[in-house]
Amino acid sequence: MPYSDQILEHYNNPRNVGSFDAKGENVGTGLVGAPECGDVMRLQILVNPTTGVIEDAKFKTFGCGSAIASSSLATEWLKGKTLDQAMDIKNTEIVEELALPPVKVHCSVLAEDAIKAAVKNFQEKQGASQPAEAAVAG
Amino acid sequence: MLKLPIYMDNNSTTRTDPRVVEAMLPYFTEHYGNAASRNHPFGWAAEKAVDDARDQIAKLIGATGKEVIFTSGATESTNLALKGVAAMYKKKGNHIVTQVTEHKATLDTAKRLERDGVQVTYLPVDKFGRVSADQVRDALTDKTILVSIMMANNEIGTVLPVADIGKVCKEKGVLFHTDAVQAVGKLPIDVQAMGIDLLSLSGHKMYGPKGIGGLYVRKKDPRVRLEPIIDGGGHERGMRSGTLPVPLIVGLGKAAELCRAEMADEIKRTYALRERLRSRIMDNLPESYLNGHPTERLPGNANISFAYVEGEGLMMGIKDVAVSSGSACTSASLEPSYVLRALGVGDELAHSSIRFGLGRFNTEAEVDFVSDLVVREVTRLREMSPLYEMAQAGIDLKSIQWAGH
Repeated sequence: MPYSDQILEHYNNPRNVGSFDAKGENVGTGLVGAPECGDVMRLQILVNPTTGVIEDAKFKTFGCGSAIASSSLATEWLKGKTLDQAMDIKNTEIVEELALPPVKVHCSVLAEDAIKAAVKNFQEKQGASQPAEAAVAG
Repeated sequence: MLKLPIYMDNNSTTRTDPRVVEAMLPYFTEHYGNAASRNHPFGWAAEKAVDDARDQIAKLIGATGKEVIFTSGATESTNLALKGVAAMYKKKGNHIVTQVTEHKATLDTAKRLERDGVQVTYLPVDKFGRVSADQVRDALTDKTILVSIMMANNEIGTVLPVADIGKVCKEKGVLFHTDAVQAVGKLPIDVQAMGIDLLSLSGHKMYGPKGIGGLYVRKKDPRVRLEPIIDGGGHERGMRSGTLPVPLIVGLGKAAELCRAEMADEIKRTYALRERLRSRIMDNLPESYLNGHPTERLPGNANISFAYVEGEGLMMGIKDVAVSSGSACTSASLEPSYVLRALGVGDELAHSSIRFGLGRFNTEAEVDFVSDLVVREVTRLREMSPLYEMAQAGIDLKSIQWAGH
């Protein structure tokens, strides 16, 4: 089965490969998949805490070309989006943009899961730090 | 200058040798008779060609021409061997012994026989993919009618101790079938010395045409009888009816003759290419692992797992090279290779495996190009792999609670 030009473009020139310090206060990390299943995606967002806008995004992926392309595309889309907008990204949009064949739809599902996990991780960090701030203020 | 793409998937199929094609051509347009036509020269010419091919194939495996039956391919040969024995010898017993890394042609046939009441024992393999003659001996019962163990594995290239197993079968009076698809023409075979009663072979795995295969059926000590699965005009001693595809048979015969004449040199050559490829890749990539037996393996096969890199992802990176992967992503199922799993290779490394199959037409320049490309792409994909980063940071990947999907 030949791959689409869009998949090949992202596979050959992946955008935003790399990592942020997962401990960083403004960083959200989503790690989804499992090595024994053949795909692991790690997607990270760097969020401006005042505006709630995603300023930067990075990924690393263990998986097939479609998994790499799906996560690369996701990081492109995340930059400049608010957290709510990020949560609205649907796997079907990734399928359409990359022209993923049916057998590769699970790669887009994994990318959507990774986005949601990263946002949730960031929100949990904020939630955890707020009571602490309140305590200091009190 | 190298010609791309490069074919390194010779365990999957081989290029038909141009000398084979040349031998076949007259049998399409000049000698197009039916080998079963006994009353005119067209039929005689066809029959002669078929008999010559039988002899060419027989010589390659130490048999006689009359013991070779033509089929559509090794899948049919193996179906005929297992189903034919099970039906013909059902009064004698209903137990078959095989092993877990056999080709699906054997495993799926065995499963169907199980549904029809045959008992099947699937022997486990060691970490190299081998079963021992003792394991076979221990599995035999007074109901065992057939042992079916492959000569060499198609994925990992491991060569199994077929001669030892044949000896056990002879001692116990049990028929022995071997799927020798990967070994015929690549390794010396002697059905007498190896105690083989039935042997499946395929044309397209040995530089012959697709659509033709053979089954060796022993005629003496013992005379093996088979219930046919295809009935009709009584061709092939009644074991496989259907008009013989003379051009394909001529091609298979020629392929066998070439393999026999060139085997000694070809083994040396493909082995040297394989070792060059294997060492150039593995010496330059830490945490790459050879799957299968280190020495008891087909000369042209290298199956290597690259930790932290997924096999299909790597195949996209080396898309100018035709290889196979044990990754689930390349198969219809979501499971990685059952062969690698049976060896105890973890699923993660099974997903990371690439099979390189070198053959008659590969060159040293191709090997150098491919090994450089593989090293470059694995390195690039590792830089992109979260697993590699975690492992470099000293995190034990097994300690992580993965959210499987």
